[in-house]
Amino acid sequence: MIRLNGITKRFPNGVQALRDLSFTVPGKQFVSLLGPSGCGKSTALRLAAGLLAPDAGRIDYPQGKPEIGFVFQEPTLMPWADALTNARLPLDLGGVPRVEAQARAAETLARVGLKGFEHAYPRELSGGMKMRVSIARALAARPQLLLLDEPFAALDEITRNALGDDLLRLWREDGLTVLFVTHSVSESSYLSQRVLVMTPRPGHIAADIGLPSGRDTRLSPGTVEAQRAISDALNNAMAA
Amino acid sequence: MRRILDITLPLAVALLVLGAWEWAVAHWQVPAYVLPAPSAIVKAFVGNFDSLMAALTATFLITIAGFLGAVVAALALAILFSQSRLIERSLYPYAVILQVTPVVAIAPLILIWIGFERINVALALLAGSIAFFPILTSTMLGLRSVDFNLLDLARLYGASRRQMLCKVQLPSSLPYVLSGMKTGGVIALIGEVTAEFAAGSGTATGLAWRITESSNRLEIATTFAALVLLAILGVAIFAALSLLEWLLLRRWHESAVAS
Repeated sequence: MIRLNGITKRFPNGVQALRDLSFTVPGKQFVSLLGPSGCGKSTALRLAAGLLAPDAGRIDYPQGKPEIGFVFQEPTLMPWADALTNARLPLDLGGVPRVEAQARAAETLARVGLKGFEHAYPRELSGGMKMRVSIARALAARPQLLLLDEPFAALDEITRNALGDDLLRLWREDGLTVLFVTHSVSESSYLSQRVLVMTPRPGHIAADIGLPSGRDTRLSPGTVEAQRAISDALNNAMAA
Repeated sequence: MRRILDITLPLAVALLVLGAWEWAVAHWQVPAYVLPAPSAIVKAFVGNFDSLMAALTATFLITIAGFLGAVVAALALAILFSQSRLIERSLYPYAVILQVTPVVAIAPLILIWIGFERINVALALLAGSIAFFPILTSTMLGLRSVDFNLLDLARLYGASRRQMLCKVQLPSSLPYVLSGMKTGGVIALIGEVTAEFAAGSGTATGLAWRITESSNRLEIATTFAALVLLAILGVAIFAALSLLEWLLLRRWHESAVAS
């Protein structure tokens, strides 16, 4: 679905965020990009979305550029618009007729558990609900590739877990390809099929860990085992 | 209870001050051409009601015309600046020069250029020129303060420049625009009055002219009546713009939600 090859990125202030970053995310896979704060995870995600251009290296989409959905760490909603209008944004910008856009956005809001909140404004919603609107907005455009930048980092644990389960359900139902940036070992061990561990800045991939099945709950032996493997890889990456 | 106190307390203060004023003028027999009693001001207001109302209407209409012109011009220029840094760098210094030059200093020129036969246009232009800058700077700040992630998101979904402006930048700037309009509305009135003074008597017909004319004739009670009307007009403009701000922001912006 997407391939990053030898990506280097240096910002105008001199900070080198990434050096020789390479990885591939095949279609329909749920991949987590894990690393310490400031290692360039978000930069990698923005590069994958085409919001930034690399200084060196290539980003390829072997099957053609997919429709992309993006979820930021903050809900990044339009505070002046209700939930429905927020979820409709990609459709409005894409020129989808208003009636169809309205119906699709309402349906997507219902899928993330916000039926009945279509006309609520962001300030009237809780942090978790705002993030659900943000996810609904990303899904409204029916993306093939969903990019998420630590979307649950600012939420409490109960909400985080509920949203994680919802994300897994949506990924399965829609056959999405997901690239999920996180600094949470437990989140990545439960949600993803594969975890890419990054080094501290300038970031590159230190370990590529395929996770076995049998991780049905956050406390399943398989999940705990995966956490151990990811933690070890992260410790090695930090020490290197 | 707090709402009632908010209204009754200032009213009580006003009544106390007016009572003390009335008493002091009578007690010390202050001449009416120095300080007329409130009752004399009311009498002058009633006696000159028609001419004062005509002056109020003229001042109001000229101020509003100047203000609306300033809103349109400031919004258009701020949008232009947001689209091109080059244009902003080329034109912004002139907007600053316009603002730092006192309206009294440019009034004679504008009056000559536009002509005394079209005095109201000249006054509206001067009122607008002073209201223009706060609306321009506030709107520019608003257009620059848009959430970067929201802009990135719109870009990701292929927003055109027009869509970016209409769907993201302008709605996001609305609180800033309205705040600039509130400042601009009040100082448009100041600009109009200053311009009327600069135009001199015999040309303008607004409240400032009535103030000049009545004070020249030592009809100080009428001067006070015109001053009170001017203050009421200023408060009314501010209140109307505050109401507009509340109506447009009440559902989503903290500043309006809290009030």
